[in-house]
Amino acid sequence: MAELGHDATSYAPPREQPEMELPHSHSFWTTYVFSQDAKTIAIQYSVTAISVGLLALLLSILIRLQLGFPNTFSLIDPSTYLQYVTMHGMIMVVYLLTALFLGGFGNYFIPLMIGARDMAFPWLNMLSFWFYFVSVLILVASFFVPGGPTGAGWTLYPPQLISEGTPGIHGGVILMMVSLGVFIAGFTMGGLNYVVTILQYRTRGMTLMRMPLTIWGIFMATLLALLAFPALLVAALMVLLDHLAGTSFFMPAMFSMGEQLPHEGGSPLLFQHLFWFFGHPEVYIVALPAFGVVSDILATHARRNIFGYRMMVWALIAIGGLSFVVWAHHMYVSGMNPYFGFLFATTTLIIAVPTAIKVYNWVLTLWHGNIRLEIPMLFAIGFIFTFINGGMTGLFLGNVTVDVPLADTYFVVGHFHMVMALAPVMTIFAAIYHWYPKITGRMLHEGMGKIHFWVTFIGAYAIFLPMHYLGLAGVPRRYYAYGESSPFIGESVVTLNAFITVAAVLVAAAQLMFIYNLIRSRKHGKEAGPNPWNANTLEWQTEHTPPTHGNFGKELPVVYRWPYDYGVPGAKYDFIPQNVPPEEVEMIDEGVRRT
Amino acid sequence: MTVTLVFLAALLAFFLGWVLSRTVNVEPWVADGGTLNDRMPEILTTPRVALLIFLAVASSLFALSISAYHMRMAFGDDWLAVPSPALLWVNSAILVLGSLALQWSWNAARRDDAAGLRRWLYVGGGLTSAFIIGQVLVWRDLNAGGYYMTANPANAFFYFLTALHVLHLIGGLVAWVRTAKRERAGASPEALCSSVELCTIYWHYLLVIWFILFALLLTT
Repeated sequence: MAELGHDATSYAPPREQPEMELPHSHSFWTTYVFSQDAKTIAIQYSVTAISVGLLALLLSILIRLQLGFPNTFSLIDPSTYLQYVTMHGMIMVVYLLTALFLGGFGNYFIPLMIGARDMAFPWLNMLSFWFYFVSVLILVASFFVPGGPTGAGWTLYPPQLISEGTPGIHGGVILMMVSLGVFIAGFTMGGLNYVVTILQYRTRGMTLMRMPLTIWGIFMATLLALLAFPALLVAALMVLLDHLAGTSFFMPAMFSMGEQLPHEGGSPLLFQHLFWFFGHPEVYIVALPAFGVVSDILATHARRNIFGYRMMVWALIAIGGLSFVVWAHHMYVSGMNPYFGFLFATTTLIIAVPTAIKVYNWVLTLWHGNIRLEIPMLFAIGFIFTFINGGMTGLFLGNVTVDVPLADTYFVVGHFHMVMALAPVMTIFAAIYHWYPKITGRMLHEGMGKIHFWVTFIGAYAIFLPMHYLGLAGVPRRYYAYGESSPFIGESVVTLNAFITVAAVLVAAAQLMFIYNLIRSRKHGKEAGPNPWNANTLEWQTEHTPPTHGNFGKELPVVYRWPYDYGVPGAKYDFIPQNVPPEEVEMIDEGVRRT
Repeated sequence: MTVTLVFLAALLAFFLGWVLSRTVNVEPWVADGGTLNDRMPEILTTPRVALLIFLAVASSLFALSISAYHMRMAFGDDWLAVPSPALLWVNSAILVLGSLALQWSWNAARRDDAAGLRRWLYVGGGLTSAFIIGQVLVWRDLNAGGYYMTANPANAFFYFLTALHVLHLIGGLVAWVRTAKRERAGASPEALCSSVELCTIYWHYLLVIWFILFALLLTT
């Protein structure tokens, strides 16, 4: 009998997880289209998110072409430019990052990593995807309505959101709001599922403190999203009422085109409060899963246990909690009470503490590790770089006095792309290279992967690092062209803009190669085997690769240890999967058993 | 945002207490014989947990709406309070009775009393529908009295908050219809107990929300 954990007796006696009835599918439609298997839903989510993400990538290239080489491309006029900026931002933040991390990764990894057969509510899960899919269709449809999509910026600030002169104020705004509403409804169904599954469907021995950090990240992010998205929903509903019914929630009394509008007394500031009450947690909705995924990938590829697991968990929780009390740092120049600014600068800087704990722990995990520079590891280390970089400029912008001159300049654009675009995207790539072998049974092509990493990493720095200097030079964001202010814009700015555009085109080309790699390796990749990285978490221990319906064979795995038993002294192999009981651990000296 | 922040702080305090009780003093790196277990207590079945989390989401939505109400009221001096029609009191009484009826239905389900379950389930659904019709009448009366949605932010918020509440009730009625269908198909009280219970808890929750909203509309 193995030695028990130190406080095993303080827990309730083990209760078998009830075997759930899986909805078995028989036809093509229920297997591939209206599937209730979390893994299929995950792939549906991911493919949809990546497809719409490619559209947003294309939009960003169009934006860059205009900025790098103004007046060259007649296709882009001031209105379409603003529309591209708006749609690029909205798609990337909500429809790509949120959907991919929670809908894609969440659906695939939650049941597999906690040792469950499926989500708690498979049918609701399917419905969640189809709501998401419809919301994407509605969003894309706005490109085809008269006037095109809204061009108010992804922050959608009224009053200009629905005032004459802004592109897309007729169909575009309405479709955007409806699409967000549908997205939020769909997400709420999915999010309920993720949280309930993590709470209720963990297999025997999978205590909270034995969950991989990926699951902790997804869990916290889902909780944030469930509580924060209602703010966006309220704002979207009120915008629709202002626009369609003529109420004055957000619309002040104003003259437009020489005419007094019917609105009176509404507060644009109220919208900003609601928007950022969602908007700031949103940053962490995409960052927390990234934190979790990176922790697991670093531990696996450095063959070392994650440094400070408990601190990592508590830091996730602390960041999640604090993320609700910092929203107004996006509004320093909005005209709110200046004392508020002081308060929010303080809370913002406090967030740096748990975040720094995480960064130190990642670096300390690598310290003396047996680092294998496989592609997921490259991207994970790339994440640490971009995240520290973006985090540092966050310290600048978090301070009111520094933020005021930098507000609405390219410094801000550089900052948030580093910290919440590049860092999570690096993680997404790391995760795809890491888990693709489990999902398809084949490895991605390594040479292409290396090129992809280096072009993306160096290229992204070439794009976003110069933007900080543009910002310090006072170049404002969201401008189509600098017009009469050109004399104040130095020659170097023009050159730098052209340079950034060239880098952006190269990085985009590398992404196409990545997509090609994804498609090609599906059939022609090297056979991966069940556990190519020698990882410990449960998803690598399934009977079949890719895992079949129901994930595990006849019996659910029993968990005996945390997922970070890499390089355990004395053990024969440098990894001990979670489902290996202590008495079965092979030691170097045969006959010596370790618990 | 005070209302929202107080709500979130309460939620976070509860969550922190729960997480800390299960994570502090645990040594995750220690392996054992597979007996460690920190499942949720038996009373928290999967549907109950799901409902509780959904109620947290709905509470966030209502808290934010109430915060917006307070903020908008403080921003402009164009706020003209809406008179509260007497019908609202009648509607409130109907909603209380609806909640009570569902409670009795749930009690009957637990006693394995099929007749009582059926009777009170339908009475509860009927009363809820009556409440919704009553709210529509209130809106019609206000509109007829010139309190258009566009006339004043107070009016707009009145319609917005009450409609939000009614929409949540309609969502509840969807679940109620599904339960009633199963009841008609001859499901036993034991099989229905969980569904009736979820409906009842949701109705009680919406009743509390209604009283908060009603108090807010009465006092401002």
